Amino acid sequence: MMDLDRTPLQSGYDVAVIGGGTAGCSTALFLARAGLSVVLFERHQCGSQASGVNYGGVRQHGRHRAEIPLSIRARTIWDELPDLIGHDCEFDASGHVKLARTQDDMGELEAWARVARDFGLEVDLVTGNQLRDRFDYLGSSLAGASIMPQDGQANPRLVAPHFARAAERAGADVREGVDVAAAEREGTNFRIELGDGRTAFADVLVNTAGAWGYEVAASFGESVAEAPLSPNMLVTEPLPYRVKCSFGMCGGDIYARQIPRGNVIFGGGTRAITDFEKNRTRPRTSSSQLATRNLIHAMPFLAEARIIRSWSGIDGLMPDKIPVVGPSSTTAGLFHAFGFSGHGFQLGPAIGAVLGDLILDGRTDTSIEELSITRFTQDGAGVRTTSNQLNPSEQGE
Amino acid sequence: MRAAETLVKAGLRPVVLDEGFKAGGQIYRQPPVPDGREPEDLYGSEAEKACALHETFERIRPNIDYRPRTLVWNVIGDSVDYYDESADVAGRLQASHLILATGATDRTLPLPGWTLPGVYSLGGAQISLKAHHSLIGQEVVFVGTGPLLYLVSLQYAKAGADVKAVVETASWSNQLRHASGLAHLPSAAVRGVGFMLSLRRMGVPIYRGAHAIRFEGESDCGLTAVSFESGGRSHRLSCIAAAMGFGVRSEWQLAELAGAQLSWSDIQQQWVPDLTDHVRASVDGLYLAGDGAGVCGADAAEVRGELAGFALLQDLGHSVDASRRQVLEKSLKKQWRARAALDRMYPVPMHLLDELADDTLVCRCEAIAAGEIRHVLVRPGAEDVNRAKAFSRAGMGRCQGRMCALNVQAIVERAKEQGPQAIGWQRTQPPIKPVPMAAMADAYVPDPEGTRE
Ligand SMILES: Cc1cc2nc3c(=O)[nH]c(=O)nc-3n(C[C@H](O)[C@H](O)[C@H](O)COP(=O)(O)OP(=O)(O)OC[C@H]3O[C@@H](n4cnc5c(N)ncnc54)[C@H](O)[C@@H]3O)c2cc1C
Ligand SMILES: Cc1cc2nc3c(=O)[nH]c(=O)nc-3n(C[C@H](O)[C@H](O)[C@H](O)COP(=O)(O)OP(=O)(O)OC[C@H]3O[C@@H](n4cnc5c(N)ncnc54)[C@H](O)[C@@H]3O)c2cc1C
Repeated sequence: MMDLDRTPLQSGYDVAVIGGGTAGCSTALFLARAGLSVVLFERHQCGSQASGVNYGGVRQHGRHRAEIPLSIRARTIWDELPDLIGHDCEFDASGHVKLARTQDDMGELEAWARVARDFGLEVDLVTGNQLRDRFDYLGSSLAGASIMPQDGQANPRLVAPHFARAAERAGADVREGVDVAAAEREGTNFRIELGDGRTAFADVLVNTAGAWGYEVAASFGESVAEAPLSPNMLVTEPLPYRVKCSFGMCGGDIYARQIPRGNVIFGGGTRAITDFEKNRTRPRTSSSQLATRNLIHAMPFLAEARIIRSWSGIDGLMPDKIPVVGPSSTTAGLFHAFGFSGHGFQLGPAIGAVLGDLILDGRTDTSIEELSITRFTQDGAGVRTTSNQLNPSEQGE
Repeated sequence: MRAAETLVKAGLRPVVLDEGFKAGGQIYRQPPVPDGREPEDLYGSEAEKACALHETFERIRPNIDYRPRTLVWNVIGDSVDYYDESADVAGRLQASHLILATGATDRTLPLPGWTLPGVYSLGGAQISLKAHHSLIGQEVVFVGTGPLLYLVSLQYAKAGADVKAVVETASWSNQLRHASGLAHLPSAAVRGVGFMLSLRRMGVPIYRGAHAIRFEGESDCGLTAVSFESGGRSHRLSCIAAAMGFGVRSEWQLAELAGAQLSWSDIQQQWVPDLTDHVRASVDGLYLAGDGAGVCGADAAEVRGELAGFALLQDLGHSVDASRRQVLEKSLKKQWRARAALDRMYPVPMHLLDELADDTLVCRCEAIAAGEIRHVLVRPGAEDVNRAKAFSRAGMGRCQGRMCALNVQAIVERAKEQGPQAIGWQRTQPPIKPVPMAAMADAYVPDPEGTRE
């Protein structure tokens, strides 16, 4: 629907970014602020894919240990959005509650809390009774929960677009409606062929192509098994504002939050129907039904509510359910950040910060080693697994 | 109903799902319980057709699986998801062939004061009278354009309302200029003139070429007057109720979910599903009949229904009566030509939105005013109607944009100086109308294809 972008490109850029989701837009912003010349290519519109349609959960809670440092860094940036991008994106540090159905679930939450506390995170563990004292609308069959007061929620429709606009104000050249058809290393440069026939050149290339990140990686000899992942989302009509935290269930089969406007947004169940070739998703009725059933069980008052819309989107799922973040294993000057496996919205703002460190300083204080693409591309890949840690259960929260 | 009848005649037993309480659809709507009114009272000059249709229904009823009060809220592949309101249960049917005849809803414009209590849609006013035998108010002004405006005004006048005026936005000269197109369907022209003469006889003034229309009043006491300009003069009519309607808008949401392609129709000023052979959608096994697939009116809807039945039968390998089909096709072509004339005579006055004030609500469900939509459009990256919605919430409420999407689109077109092709339509997602969660939960059936990690 976009007009072809026809303003001339610069003859060369310091950095080219492929993909305008939260990850790509934050990268463009951080690098442009540091004074580099940056071009970002987004095939559709910034934030129109996974970053714009997700559940809006901003949670450190329950994350895989390998992601926690990145997630902590992201969390500080979420607080700084008004200064950084000129908009708070409705970020609300409402707290995140992870519910346990059984004592086994509770044990899992306790184990995670120990890990999180090693990272300096604050986690409250509560029993079933304490839980219902705090949240009188919860069903009676819950064993307990863990609560992270500093987690929260935000409006996904706003985040990537505001990062994109802020990047532009900082001098980045943001090209929407422009597809990257191919990219290769040419001497000390990257040569980037655009779908409209033009060519761009850059010293550094950043692959934030989301579910399509594997395509970019493959053209540099890095083959990874990224699969499309489509969480099934629903929203109710506006109801009295009651559910002020964001909730998730151990095992990830439901997550729910209410916005002050009154709508309850929730997901879970099974995956939506995906046609990856056509970049189309359709909500799956059985998934909507299952998520609804599970949610009513946890919050019985919702039985009276009505659903007004359902939808999905496509994120990239890595075999071990954690993203690829860091330098390429084959090509100097190429950096990846893709395959967020259903939970990269919260991480997005930190991607720019961390890739910024790597590109500007060649190093970062945020520990991301375990997210390196080498876990798939180097000898022994597949044998070594980072998943000795607890499961990051919520896909799409 | 004509589609079902055609299938029954060929020995099939179709499932007929209808959101309505009783058969009849919009125009031939029946009161929920008989209330002593005769068909002539209810349907006027169309009483005979109404009776014929209701009789057809009674006749075929033993041979169809009829499910009233059943909302179809999703179609995907050959699955049809429904919610049965009377039993409060949701469920799914499989159908190899699907005919959608979902009709139309009336079209309103966000004119100043349109959300005041006492301002109704024209269709709502008619339903109130037809189904519930009650008026929206004793002193009523009718505002809008098109034949339905005159018809409902007349129905109100006959039912004893004090119809203060009919305020028509199309100019007389425009109506006359295009009236010759009605030569294809003289009966429609005769009916139209009849409405106007009857209104005249009953002393109802008709103002044409109206603009600068405002609904006046306070939100606590409701509508007190309608003011407008017409014939170079300002008018102000006091009233307690007004009905507004600028033609009708196809309900194609299910068709879109079922995979039908949509195209912009300049003449209808709306998006309509693409059709081949009059009734075939761009997906095999999907047939679209009636006003839901582009507005052509009630008589045409009967023809389109029968043609949809024929097309389906043909695809099932039945032989169909070729000469009957030819007659139908010929009649339909004529009706489309007459409809085009009507659309030209009574264009939707989108120009009234040129002066739309920033504080006028456009999306009622979410209470989003024109200014808020314009505000988000200033941002680059908000180039189409779906982005405008994503940033402003216009169209994100209970009705999911069914009521406001064309008006939001008009605002985006003006702000971006782009036509409908570039601005697009608000995409549909299930459910097309709200579905209760309890029923949804109870309907859960594990799906072998649904996976989760
Ligand atoms: C329904 C759903 C719910 C979710 N809920 C949550 C949640 O609550 N919390 C959470 O933390 N995460 C959640 N996620 C995950 C989160 O949305 C994603 O992990 C995150 O948005 C990924 O960001 P991204 O920038 O990598 O991807 P995207 O937003 O998909 O951006 C990638 C962009 O790259 C573009 N692109 C790809 N290839 C090319 C090319 N060759 N040329 C030009 N452009 C290209 C694409 O068009 C796309 O815009 C959810 C995901 C979904 C789908
Ligand atoms: C409010 C209004 C008043 C009108 N009044 C007149 C009039 O007085 N005279 C005149 O000549 N024309 C009138 N029209 C136009 C006339 O109604 C149509 O031309 C005619 O009814 C078209 O027939 P149809 O079969 O296409 O649709 P309809 O008669 O509208 O029938 C559609 C049927 O589909 C059902 N339906 C729709 N969506 C779903 C769903 N998702 N699930 C289940 N069922 C569904 C509806 O309940 C309805 O029974 C009016 C139109 C409107 C909108």
